[in-house]
Amino acid sequence: MYTYSEFDEAFVRTRVAQFRRQVERRLDGSLTEDEFKPLRLMNGLYLQLHAYMLRVAIPYGTLNARKMRQLAMIAERWDKGYGHFTTRQNIQFNWPKLKDVPDILDALADVGMHAIQTSGNTIRNVTADHFAGAAADEVTDPRPVAELIRQWSTDHPEFQFLPRKFKLAVTGAAQDRAVTAAHDIGLRLVEQDGVTGARVLVGGGLGRTPMLAKVIREFVPLPDLLPYLEAIVAVYNLLGRRDNKYKARIKITVHETGIDEIRRLVEEEFAARKPLFSGIDQTHLAAITAQFAPPAFDKGGPEDYQTWRHADPVFRAFTDTNVTAHRHPDYAILTVSLKAHGTTPGDATARQMRALADLAEHYGHDELRISHEQNVILPHVPKRHLKAVHAALAAEGLATANVGLISDIIACPGMDYCALATARSIPIAQEIATRFEALKIEHEIGELKIKISGCINACGHHHVGHIGILGLERNGVENYQITLGGDGTETAVIGDRAGPGFGADEIIPAVERLVQAYLDLRADPGERFLDTYRRVGIAPFKAALYTAEEAANAA
Amino acid sequence: MPRPFTPKVLTANDLILGDVVYMTADGGWTRRHAEAELIEDAATADLKLLDAEARGHEVVGAYLADAVAGLRGPEPVHFREAFRTRGPSNYRHGKQETV
Ligand code: HEM
Ligand code: SF4
Repeated sequence: MYTYSEFDEAFVRTRVAQFRRQVERRLDGSLTEDEFKPLRLMNGLYLQLHAYMLRVAIPYGTLNARKMRQLAMIAERWDKGYGHFTTRQNIQFNWPKLKDVPDILDALADVGMHAIQTSGNTIRNVTADHFAGAAADEVTDPRPVAELIRQWSTDHPEFQFLPRKFKLAVTGAAQDRAVTAAHDIGLRLVEQDGVTGARVLVGGGLGRTPMLAKVIREFVPLPDLLPYLEAIVAVYNLLGRRDNKYKARIKITVHETGIDEIRRLVEEEFAARKPLFSGIDQTHLAAITAQFAPPAFDKGGPEDYQTWRHADPVFRAFTDTNVTAHRHPDYAILTVSLKAHGTTPGDATARQMRALADLAEHYGHDELRISHEQNVILPHVPKRHLKAVHAALAAEGLATANVGLISDIIACPGMDYCALATARSIPIAQEIATRFEALKIEHEIGELKIKISGCINACGHHHVGHIGILGLERNGVENYQITLGGDGTETAVIGDRAGPGFGADEIIPAVERLVQAYLDLRADPGERFLDTYRRVGIAPFKAALYTAEEAANAA
Repeated sequence: MPRPFTPKVLTANDLILGDVVYMTADGGWTRRHAEAELIEDAATADLKLLDAEARGHEVVGAYLADAVAGLRGPEPVHFREAFRTRGPSNYRHGKQETV
């Protein structure tokens, strides 16, 4: 795990000290809100519906026990005892008081964390595959590259006033678990003839005009990566539209200019910039990479793992859904679901955070990850400890066996917290999970990803949900629009709008009808919802959504 | 013909806590919607908004929200404003904690 250098430490501390004085001057009246707002946003502090909100970056989703415990401490001391993990691998505290925020930022700096560039038209927190360094299908750990990008982009003087926010994601595996196609720049690390490099995608984004990223270059060898990225952002910085906020993202620039012309401009810019890179970034990358060396895997075999699975159906169900293949045969990647049925997706109490920190320390080489799917991962757990870990999780209400299932829902904060929302998301997620838990069919349904956003900004990734739900307002009440067939992986697709939306009391039955239609239509139990949808198309699902409804209305 | 004026309350967030506040008839701040002043005409509304914006050392993000007269005082019209009188629906946090 990367630890701050003296430079990082000094930089972060200086920023906290500056912000402390800015808050003082805001409180004593010397700064107006207009003057203060950009300053607080630079430090991740938003104003939401009921309170301020502090967004803290968790670079590439990686934490250790010490950091997790500090988040727990902050939640308890300055918030209401919990935190909310988001689709961008950040944690949000929903109730900080303005006067306490400098202290919170200092507490974060104590463990090498910050809230810088979690807002504003800058390069945001770099996200990565949450199974990085552990996944069996990985070519190379994406985190050293992500960390290099974090250092390069933090306070980069040229990129502090981009036309709009700018988001990067990196994966180093065949399976794309980082939704790279929905980012301004998505990097897929690959090897070609023994050389590591990146397949570079550009111009993806969700929001009001969802678009998938396009490949701008099939292969950029690692030594060229920073100058190449700099070239892309520089071209965008000049070309991006500052006249219209809704057309300012690079996806629109790529769309309007054309990928071929963008590619040509980037190559030109790259040629000019490449000589300015002395190679020091590569020396630096090597040093960073050393800090991400895999843990010393222990030699103990899996012991009774398979026997436990046979003997204990609860443990078997849990490992069926929550365990992913590790690159080491005697290890497991364990996803801890923050989606216990009826709870708020992505929320963890301070107590749960501490329990997770303890488990990481005792059994998991002191590593934790936050996934964009709003779960926590113990990436390196020896199989022979899984039983003990399961028992400890169960004691904290963290042993829900639903990863990848219908109740493992992504939901943005929606109108329960967010000032931009047009409807609530969280209660819809809670009701879907509770309903399908009562029906006891989610394991039979199998993989099904529901993603919910509380407005067109699409923070909840609804466009790439197998079933996406978008909360809007219609005639003074909440209304929910369904999209179908979205996919955020290496086979990414933007979902199709199903038709008119549903009221808050109609949306759960509507989802049930979709699921019933799928169960009737699927070729065999191995065919996922998404596969069935791809095979049969939208028509039968539309029929299930609307014909039944009309029949009910007529009755 | 000018459109009829929809009555309003003036609302904002407390500078330090971020908690939702409403302006009362005597120009103070209350945390309860029902104690807000129901503003019945556009000219007064504009003045109150200017006043609130000048009080940036007390509140942040002031705006006018539609409201109607109720039995115990003004009531919100839009569901967003109704949520703001209570707090989130997933926990009893915010105003509903104390009310
Ligand atoms: C104060 C709360 C928030 C505000 C003001 C906010 C604002 C926005 C806006 C304006 C957009 C649209 C950007 C565009 O289309 O150009 C957006 C997109 C997005 N936000 Fe948020 N958001 C908030 C909370 C969150 C949360 C909680 C998450 C994670 C769960 C998140 C993750 C994202 C993602 C993934 C996107 C879509 C990807 C893209 O940028 O195209 N945001 N947000
Ligand atoms: S999608 Fe809309 S409601 Fe949800 S967090 Fe983003 S801005 Fe807020």
